Amino acid sequence: MSFEGLTLTRLATNRTVRVSGGIIAAIAVVAIVAPLLSPNHYMAVNFEAVLQPPGLAGLHLFGTDDLGRDQFVRTMMGVRVTLVVAIVASIVSLVIGVIYGAVAGYVGGRVDAVMMRFVDTLYAMPFIFFVILLTVIFERNFVLIFVAIGAINWLDMARIVRGQTLSLKERPFLEAARLTGVPTMAIIRRHIAPNLIGIVIVYVTLTIPQAILVESFLSFLGLGIQEPETSLGSLVDLGVDHMESSPWMLIIPGGLLAVILLCFNFLGDGLRDVFDARQSR
Amino acid sequence: MGAVPTLLLVIVLAFFLVHSVPGGPFDSERVLPPEIEQVLLERYDLDDPVPVQLAKYLGNLLKGDFGPSYRSTLNVNQIIAQRFPASLAIGGLAMTLALAAGLMLGTWAALRHNSRLDRVVTGLAMTGISIPIFVVAPALVLIFAVYLNWLPAGWTVSPGPAKYVLPVVALALPQIAYITRLTRASMIDVLQSGYVRTARAQGLGTAAIVRHHALKPALLPVVSYLGPAIAGILTGSVVIESVFGIPGLGEGFVTAAFNRDYLQVMGIVVLYAALVVLLNLLADVLYGLLDPRVRYE
Amino acid sequence: MSQAILEVDSLTIAYDGKPVVDGLTFEVAPAEAVGLVGESGSGKTQTALALMGLLPATAHVRGSATLGGEKLLGRAEAELDALRARRIAMVFQDPSLALNPYLRIGKQLRLILERHGIADGATATRRALDALASVGLPDPDRQARAFPHQLSGGMRQRVMIAAALIGEPDLLIADEPTTALDVTVQAQILALLEEVRKQTALLLITHDLGVVAGHCERMLVLEHGRLVESGPTERVFAAPAHAHTEALIAAHPHLDKAPALSRPAAEELLTLDGIRVSYRAHGSRLKAVNGVELALKKGETVAIVGESGSGKSSLVRAVLGLVPADAGRLCFLGEELSHEVSARETATRRELQMVFQDPLGSLNPQMRVASIVAEPLDVHEPGLSGTDRRRKVVNRLEQVGLDASFVERFPHELSGGQAQRVAIARALVLAPSVLVCDEALAALDGSVREQVLNVLKDVQANTGLAILFISHDLGVVRTLCHRVLVMYLGRIVELADNDVLFSSPLHPYTRALLDAVPVADPTAERPPVLGGEVPSPLSPPAGCAFHPRCPQAVEDCRQHAPGLRRVGATDVACLRASEYLAKA
Repeated sequence: MSFEGLTLTRLATNRTVRVSGGIIAAIAVVAIVAPLLSPNHYMAVNFEAVLQPPGLAGLHLFGTDDLGRDQFVRTMMGVRVTLVVAIVASIVSLVIGVIYGAVAGYVGGRVDAVMMRFVDTLYAMPFIFFVILLTVIFERNFVLIFVAIGAINWLDMARIVRGQTLSLKERPFLEAARLTGVPTMAIIRRHIAPNLIGIVIVYVTLTIPQAILVESFLSFLGLGIQEPETSLGSLVDLGVDHMESSPWMLIIPGGLLAVILLCFNFLGDGLRDVFDARQSR
Repeated sequence: MGAVPTLLLVIVLAFFLVHSVPGGPFDSERVLPPEIEQVLLERYDLDDPVPVQLAKYLGNLLKGDFGPSYRSTLNVNQIIAQRFPASLAIGGLAMTLALAAGLMLGTWAALRHNSRLDRVVTGLAMTGISIPIFVVAPALVLIFAVYLNWLPAGWTVSPGPAKYVLPVVALALPQIAYITRLTRASMIDVLQSGYVRTARAQGLGTAAIVRHHALKPALLPVVSYLGPAIAGILTGSVVIESVFGIPGLGEGFVTAAFNRDYLQVMGIVVLYAALVVLLNLLADVLYGLLDPRVRYE
Repeated sequence: MSQAILEVDSLTIAYDGKPVVDGLTFEVAPAEAVGLVGESGSGKTQTALALMGLLPATAHVRGSATLGGEKLLGRAEAELDALRARRIAMVFQDPSLALNPYLRIGKQLRLILERHGIADGATATRRALDALASVGLPDPDRQARAFPHQLSGGMRQRVMIAAALIGEPDLLIADEPTTALDVTVQAQILALLEEVRKQTALLLITHDLGVVAGHCERMLVLEHGRLVESGPTERVFAAPAHAHTEALIAAHPHLDKAPALSRPAAEELLTLDGIRVSYRAHGSRLKAVNGVELALKKGETVAIVGESGSGKSSLVRAVLGLVPADAGRLCFLGEELSHEVSARETATRRELQMVFQDPLGSLNPQMRVASIVAEPLDVHEPGLSGTDRRRKVVNRLEQVGLDASFVERFPHELSGGQAQRVAIARALVLAPSVLVCDEALAALDGSVREQVLNVLKDVQANTGLAILFISHDLGVVRTLCHRVLVMYLGRIVELADNDVLFSSPLHPYTRALLDAVPVADPTAERPPVLGGEVPSPLSPPAGCAFHPRCPQAVEDCRQHAPGLRRVGATDVACLRASEYLAKA
């Protein structure tokens, strides 16, 4: 695969990609490392220090919550959970979406029509309500959240991959390869995959913030991650309860969530610019 | 086309989900005496095999009967009738606001492509897409109700129209952002097209070009987005109604789900699915009206 | 000359400091037709866009241009709008992109009248219909209510001309107005331009010297943004003062000059027998190729010509197995070939290669030139050592005029001509027996095209390569091909040796095609233009498919579809062919 040189240079020189990717990386590193270094444990309850504002006292950088637990460590744990759920869910949607879309696009014809009709039907469903229903019915569990989010987000990926595959199929360079007798696997490896990979990377990047949104939405409703574990959505939920007396409990996790989402969206947009430039002349 | 199968699929799927629950609606909290449970099961047709129940349910739906509630003395029709108006008002206003503001901002930014204004609008739209509604809504309350005290935060406490402002704006913001981006992107595409260049060469002037030549094609992606937009608004309304304490359908859905009041859950899911399907249908019709190549296929 | 309507003085257009038009000065007199010629990238279109005020903001424009005393450069958009349509108007190259697909034709015309205060209401509607009638649109009432996609390419270009002239401008700029059209339609549009622009000066931009020779009193020749020659058309053609002009004229096809061609062998490589291809379209079957027979000899080039809808692309794609034929036999060296390329044996697959029309589309954007050209080797000669593989690749590239420095490039770093030469190198790297070229030279400019043509001829002379050559450019066909096959609506209408076909065409359609080619000689007589357009292959006319357009059609032609038969030295499908031969 010749996926080198130019693309890497462009990635490195695209400011949007550099800045947003850097911020995400920094947040992830802090979220992984900081809880290990902090003297406070995310489950440690302290009724002596309830709802403390951010400060250096007791090293509660983001203050404490209504049970006196350290908000900084809890927020970092929340970032971890949020990122893991989102990334795993995106991979689920990536696998389903790419396979489904590539098959529909490559086979084409009636198979494609039926497969896409099915996607259209699913699109018209109020999915989030199904997810709420599911989480209520089957108690809450982690796996269910992955599945639920993945099940929503693969639709976009399938549509995009199918469209790209269809347009690739029409391109003369594929016909030239068929004509010469390049084996199907080599056609997929050399001609289709490298031309799909850009757009897939872009849409995975854009799927992650959507998955984060769904996860934190469920957690906000109290249907996602359960205490004492936490996620940014749960923290915002708690923050809303205390926002008049302790606004930082809302502002910090809410702001962090917004920054993460913003960075992923910008990263996706930046990546699209990079790959689009590569596609065109 | 395809609206009826989609709706049917939603109903059947939801129905089987609800009925695959380990344990019925009456065995959650306390154990009922068997004879009472039997009476309850018969009353709600729960003793029939599931396919028979489904057939009965579908039959009732056709007559416009959503069935009884397991938890309330009201039936589901009455609950919906009670809760729908508030949701409809907020959702409808938010949708209107989102379309109006999104189309204007998007067109405005596209006409000044690559200017500072364009970058500001694009940046704001990106931010609007990125901040979750459950962060936006409390933040708006914190700023405009708690600190500035300009607008009421609660729904029930304030009678005037002012109570609509914050919920509607919070619900509309992400959609405004999305529609702005869509409109801007498609308008830029259209403005760079050959036929707009022709229109410029004909000296029609920007206003007439946008009005007569560019608006229709630029609207197409927004029209396609109507279905997803209404779905987004319905989802958002769950948050908005819980943050502002609005007794609407979204809040009713979450409460019913927690209470395992399945017929109420079903009723709301069916209603929402019907709304989404209806909007998708409307989008198809509008698309056909706007694009002659689709119309004459 | 003193009362020029358009005066351009030292016009310079630059992007990022690089000039694309450099110090251009010229004038156009009222009602004069001036041709602006040059190869692609010479700055012709940039000049036109500058005059219209349509250049992007990134262009730096200097110099001056005045139209009847009105400045054209550096004006505010609103001031330019007042001049556009009323004083200066433009017809663009591709009418399918230049018309708004979402608006009815009538509305697009009415908007111009209304915005410029020329007419409104019922008067505007009336004027729009008149304009459509004046450009020869049949049934203007109905066409005014139609959307552009319901019209053919030629009809769309007529609409564009109507729109450009509806404001009665002093100057009409036409930028390659016929390049996107079929050759008989091109002739119609050029004749129309000639007729309708009586009161208007015309600046005709074209790469085709034949168009200028036939339709312009004066001509300007651009090379790399500089004006290298200008003068009366007859004088320039008779005695070009600049070497570039001379080269352009020399590169223009001369259909009357017999070419020097290598002699093909007697051995038949590829035989086609009763080939039929059809597609499903709108619920019915579209018969794209309707029974074609041909035997291609070793070392022979057979041209396939015909306008859009003639089925020439479908035919060669069926030969290659990219589109399976419904019926018929394909044989290569006596061995029957499967209709599906994937079912063919590897050994025969290397023998049939193709060069496509779209140069950039035929190269994988993710691969370097070296890997692109080497890919067929990887399949058919996997044992090749790295150095041998590289040597073969470089040899082929050099053969098509690209040096070794190109191997590391990606397709987007190539120009159209370079990309097409890479595609040719890939097709030739296996030394195939048969090469199919589908408009392979259409995207290339004169000098590059010349070079590639010579490459094909050389390879043919050295290796006995047989070529199936689809082209709309009869000049190229004349210089390259041993035999010419003319198709109309899926059938062969005429098949003859190069000299026979060009000197005494028998089928009226062949004659019309030859007549429609613009001749690069201002003094030549212009033959009458064939009317009508190619009918839809979905509903071909009964009898001889050509009869509705045929000037010589008799009653019999409406009843009977003629088969291909031998008349003199020609295979021709025309009932009256013997009469024509006798007269010739």
